Amino acid sequence: MIVLNVNGEEHRALLEPRKLLCDALREDCALTGTHVGCEHGVCGACTVLLDGRPVRSCLIYAVQAQGAAIVTIEGVARNGVLSTLQQCLHEAHGLQCGFCTPGIVLTMQAWLDENPEPTDAEIRDALSGNLCRCTGYHNIVAAVAAAARRAKEKAE
Amino acid sequence: MKPARFTYEVPATLADALAALARRGGEAKIIAGGQSLAPMMNMRIAQPGHLIDINHVAELGQIRLADDHLVCGALMRHADLARHVLAWTHAPMLAYAAGTIGHYAIRQRGTLGGSLAHADPAAQLPLAAVALDARIEIASSGGRRVVPATEFFASIFTTVLEPHELIVALHVPVARLGEGWGFQLLTRRAGDFALALVGCTLARTGRRVDAVRLAVGGVGATPVRLDGAIEPGAGDAHWIERAARAVAAAVTIEANERISVEYRRELVETLAQRALTEAIESLT
Repeated sequence: MIVLNVNGEEHRALLEPRKLLCDALREDCALTGTHVGCEHGVCGACTVLLDGRPVRSCLIYAVQAQGAAIVTIEGVARNGVLSTLQQCLHEAHGLQCGFCTPGIVLTMQAWLDENPEPTDAEIRDALSGNLCRCTGYHNIVAAVAAAARRAKEKAE
Repeated sequence: MKPARFTYEVPATLADALAALARRGGEAKIIAGGQSLAPMMNMRIAQPGHLIDINHVAELGQIRLADDHLVCGALMRHADLARHVLAWTHAPMLAYAAGTIGHYAIRQRGTLGGSLAHADPAAQLPLAAVALDARIEIASSGGRRVVPATEFFASIFTTVLEPHELIVALHVPVARLGEGWGFQLLTRRAGDFALALVGCTLARTGRRVDAVRLAVGGVGATPVRLDGAIEPGAGDAHWIERAARAVAAAVTIEANERISVEYRRELVETLAQRALTEAIESLT
C-alpha cells in the first residue's frame, strides 16, 4: 500500500513496484487528465510536477513518488478558473485535439516560472520536449508568449 | 509498454545503498533519474530483477570545491548542474554541456552519475568528463576507488563499473585562470542524441595558444581525446582551420548504416573548428 499526494489530496493505492506513475494516477487515483502517449519519455504528454519540477510520469514508478507533492493538470485551474497559461492557450487556439495539452501546460508553466521573459526561440526550444501533432506549434508558442506578457502585467 | 516485474528498495544512506548492492549486485540495477533506464525497462530491453533507488541518498546530491577539484555528486540533476554557480565558475564546459541534454523535463530528473554509468557514446557528460581530465569516484561496500574518465568508458553502454559498485562523484580539475572553452554538438532534432560532439579547452601563453584539450564523441564506442593531433600555434583562423583538419584526420569513425563515415568526418571538422573558435573567443 502506498500513499500519493496528488494536488494536495492523499490517494491510497495497492500496487506493484513496476506500476508507472502515469498509470497509477489514471487507474488508482482516477485522474485521467494525465495522458499517456509514447511511454518512453519522448512525447511529453504525461508530464506532471513532482515537488515543483516537470517530470515524465511514464519514466518514474509510483512507489518512487511517495512523499512528493504531485501536481497533475486537474490541480492547475483553481475553482474552475483557468490558469493564465491555460487561458492564453484557449484564446490563441493553442490546442486542437488536446491530447498533448496537459503535458504542455505543466512543462511550460514550470519553465515560465524560471524564464519569465522568454523570446520565441527560447519558447520553441523549451517546447521541443512536448510533441503536438495537430497545431504545428505556432499557436502554442503565441500562447506561451502571451502568458509571459500577462504574468508580467499582473506583477506590475 | 510496461516494465517486467521487479522488487524495489529505497535506501536512505550511501552505506545502505552499498550494502544493498553487495547483497543483490548481480540482479540489481541502481535507479537515479531513470531517464535512460526507465525507457529501456518499459521496452523490456532491460529487465533487472531488483531496483535500488538512490534518489533519497542526500550525500550524493552535493557539489563542493575541494582544493583544486570540483566534486560533483552523482545525484546532481542536469538542470541543477546547468545553473550552479560553482559549476559555472570552475567547470563551465560541464555546466554548459549539462544544459544541452535532452529536453527541459528530462534535465529536471536525469543525473550526472546516471549519464556516466549509462555511457551512451553520444552523451554530453561523458564527453565533458573525458575532455576535462575528470576522475570518477566509485564506491562499494569494500571501499572506494577513483578512475580517470579516459579509462572509465570501456565501450558502448559499457564502463569499468563492477556490479556491486556505485558512482559517488565526478572530480573535475578546476578551470585555470583565463582558460577558454568550447562545446559544440549537432542533433537532427532538438533534444536528440548528437550525431557528433566536440568539447575543448585551451589557454594562451604569451602569443601562443597551447594546453589544448579536445575530445570528440558520438563517432565511436566511447568519447576520445584527440588533442594529440593539434600543435600549439598562434590561435588565429589559420591555426584553427589546421587544428580542426588534424582532429578530423585523426579520429576513428565507426561505420553506421544511416550516416556515412565521410559525412561524420566533415562534421567533426566543422564542430572542432567551431569549438576551437568559441574557446579562443572566450579566452580572458
